[in-house]
Amino acid sequence: MDLNITWYLLVGILLIGYAILDGFDLGVGVLHLFARNDRERRLHMNAIGPVWDGNEVWLLTGGGALFAAFPVVYATVFSGFYLALMLVLTALIARAVALEFRGKIDSPGWKVIWDWIFGIGSLLALVLFGVAVGNILRGVPVNESGGYEGTFLGLLNPYSILVGVFGLALFTMHGASYMAVKTEGELRERMARWASSLWVGVVVLYIITTLGTWYVATYLFQDILGRPLFYILFIVFLAALIYFPVLLGAKRYFRAFLSSCLIIGSLLGLTAVSMFPRLVPSSIDLANSLTIYNASSTPKTLMVMLIIALIGMPLVLAYTFYIYRVFMGKTVITEESY
Amino acid sequence: MDADTILLSRIQFAVTIGFHFLFPPLSIGLAWLLVLIEWKGWRTGQGEWIRLGKFFGKLLALTFAVGVATGIVMEFQFGTNWAEYSKFVGDIFGAPLAAEGVFAFFMESAFLGLYLFGRNKVSKGIHWFSIFMVAFGATISAFWIIVANSWQQTPAGYIIQNGRAELTEFWAAVFNDSTLVRYFHTVVASLISGAFFMAGISGWLILKNRQVESAKKSMRLSIVFGLVASLLALYPTGHEHARQVARTQPEKFAAIEGLYDSQTKAPLVLFGLVQDTPPPDLHAKIEIPGLLSWMAFGDVDAHIQGIKDFPPNEIPPLWMTFVSFHNMVILGLFFIGATALGIFFLWRNSLWEKRWYLKLMLFSIPLPLIACQFGWIAAEVGRQPWIVYKVLRTSDAISTNVTAGEVWFSLILFSLIYLCLGALYIYILAKKVKHGPEGSDIKEVTA
Repeated sequence: MDLNITWYLLVGILLIGYAILDGFDLGVGVLHLFARNDRERRLHMNAIGPVWDGNEVWLLTGGGALFAAFPVVYATVFSGFYLALMLVLTALIARAVALEFRGKIDSPGWKVIWDWIFGIGSLLALVLFGVAVGNILRGVPVNESGGYEGTFLGLLNPYSILVGVFGLALFTMHGASYMAVKTEGELRERMARWASSLWVGVVVLYIITTLGTWYVATYLFQDILGRPLFYILFIVFLAALIYFPVLLGAKRYFRAFLSSCLIIGSLLGLTAVSMFPRLVPSSIDLANSLTIYNASSTPKTLMVMLIIALIGMPLVLAYTFYIYRVFMGKTVITEESY
Repeated sequence: MDADTILLSRIQFAVTIGFHFLFPPLSIGLAWLLVLIEWKGWRTGQGEWIRLGKFFGKLLALTFAVGVATGIVMEFQFGTNWAEYSKFVGDIFGAPLAAEGVFAFFMESAFLGLYLFGRNKVSKGIHWFSIFMVAFGATISAFWIIVANSWQQTPAGYIIQNGRAELTEFWAAVFNDSTLVRYFHTVVASLISGAFFMAGISGWLILKNRQVESAKKSMRLSIVFGLVASLLALYPTGHEHARQVARTQPEKFAAIEGLYDSQTKAPLVLFGLVQDTPPPDLHAKIEIPGLLSWMAFGDVDAHIQGIKDFPPNEIPPLWMTFVSFHNMVILGLFFIGATALGIFFLWRNSLWEKRWYLKLMLFSIPLPLIACQFGWIAAEVGRQPWIVYKVLRTSDAISTNVTAGEVWFSLILFSLIYLCLGALYIYILAKKVKHGPEGSDIKEVTA
């Protein structure tokens, strides 16, 4: 395995880590729109209180790793998706400060405003991330010199919007399964019901999206059957997808949440396997695609970065794991809460 | 590329970094002060220290959150607005940003969660350790950001080939000529920011006769801390940083010091009026002969090149750099004077009666942050017209596929958001402070 493949894997792990972790807290943000009273809204926010900030760091680190390992992709995609990315950033800022600001002033009007900003910000971020993934999958207009030739409205094509809606359903389901772990009583049962109903939507949307992908991005399916990792991930995906409602029915909520993590991880893993070695497929001509070879940093930098990752990531995993353990158990509202 | 997009992208970068850069220095300074306060609280068990910890901990949380939220924009902006730059330097510039994430961000945010939400969930020792890790992580974070920025100032450890800068020596790039001295200078500036924030709020609490015993403790702590940091900002960090600029970036040095004619026995300019339009010049000067040569090179006879002898297309904007630099220095001297005076009153046992002094400290809260902005402007505007000194011009670094209209949109969007955020931050901060440390005494709120 050469350094470029290693970095494809590492950037992939960081982004999938981000999707799984910030995914549930964005999902909780969407569900928060449907909470019935102030206490429930606070429970939603405090369920993610100690961890959302750490979760968002996965995006920052993934972005940094992408910049360092594949600078051409970082530059092309981010400048190409300019307006869309500005909206994502706005949404992420808005929901982050909403979480922090909401509880600081004791006035109902103040809270209503921040509740809406928190919910809509979370929803918008999820949809836009999905739209971005959809656009990458169907191919981005990259010309032979690696320049981007698309427009903002071109990003809003039916397929990408479909992926956006699929993402919204998937991560809201993920958030609901997290909430089922962190809450009690009637709210917990309601969250489990949300997760079950959204599961149906996820399955239906998955089938439609896969058919859509076949239609707009046939290239993704060309080599996939020759790759062993595809079979492993697909089996994990199917098993987790089928097992999820069973676990919910059995009220094994923590396992259901883990299963939801697996669904997301394996689905994104499958996407990465089918795109390999392309990072940004070109819709003009597949030969123009940015790949892990023509868009990468030098072997020297990739090596230095690998050493940094090997020293740093075990530490990160150790204290992330420790902190999740400290905050395990039900969310209770105390003097430190939002 | 058309000039509008370049100018707009520069303004956008300045607005977003300027706003963001208010919060990290404050967070770093406050976090280290909280390390001391929480230590006292843990070891002595005194209610005053514990209350201070909870009170300033909440203010840290608020500051930190705005810093994180606005920091996300910074990392993505290199790709969105400066794509040509990102492609050109990605092989070197991306690594410190990624290292910051791996080594610092995870640490800060994970332990901040533990610190804020874990007071009753972990032992007192672990709780203290968590604020220590927040402070430590934030300080490491500053290191990698300064590494990235210093490489733009004094690039090293690279060669230009294949149409880009490629890394040849990692440690040479990390510890380039300006990294360490700029890092220490920035960190002590952050400590001053935290100290004045705490001193100002403590002063207000004493003036309003609120939790006076707690506030006296934090006042004492913060002015002593502030004096040490202010002295370090002047010497050695500030002085050595200026000497490094004189050695490695002579155009910037001449611009910030206001030296227009090349000469030996170069004077230190205390005051002057900059004429930015050609031919550049400085009027109404008040200067001390020979001092600049001596300070920069340890020799009164050292020759220093003036602005007029550099190629006109390689000198930075003159007014902005000169004014920012001098105002930063004036503020720096004020910080030393103000904290030293406080310690003098403390020694004379008269500090708590000096209401004017407590008021002065209250109104001085924003000054270190303003000084940070001035310093940053002097450093960054002083680097122009280069985005990487003598390697890549700012005008060649822009995204070629982003239009002026798009940048207008995002510039207005972020300006509005930041305006709201700034106003809300101050509003909520004021509310929290008025609520006072006694608010932290309320136990378990029923769910």
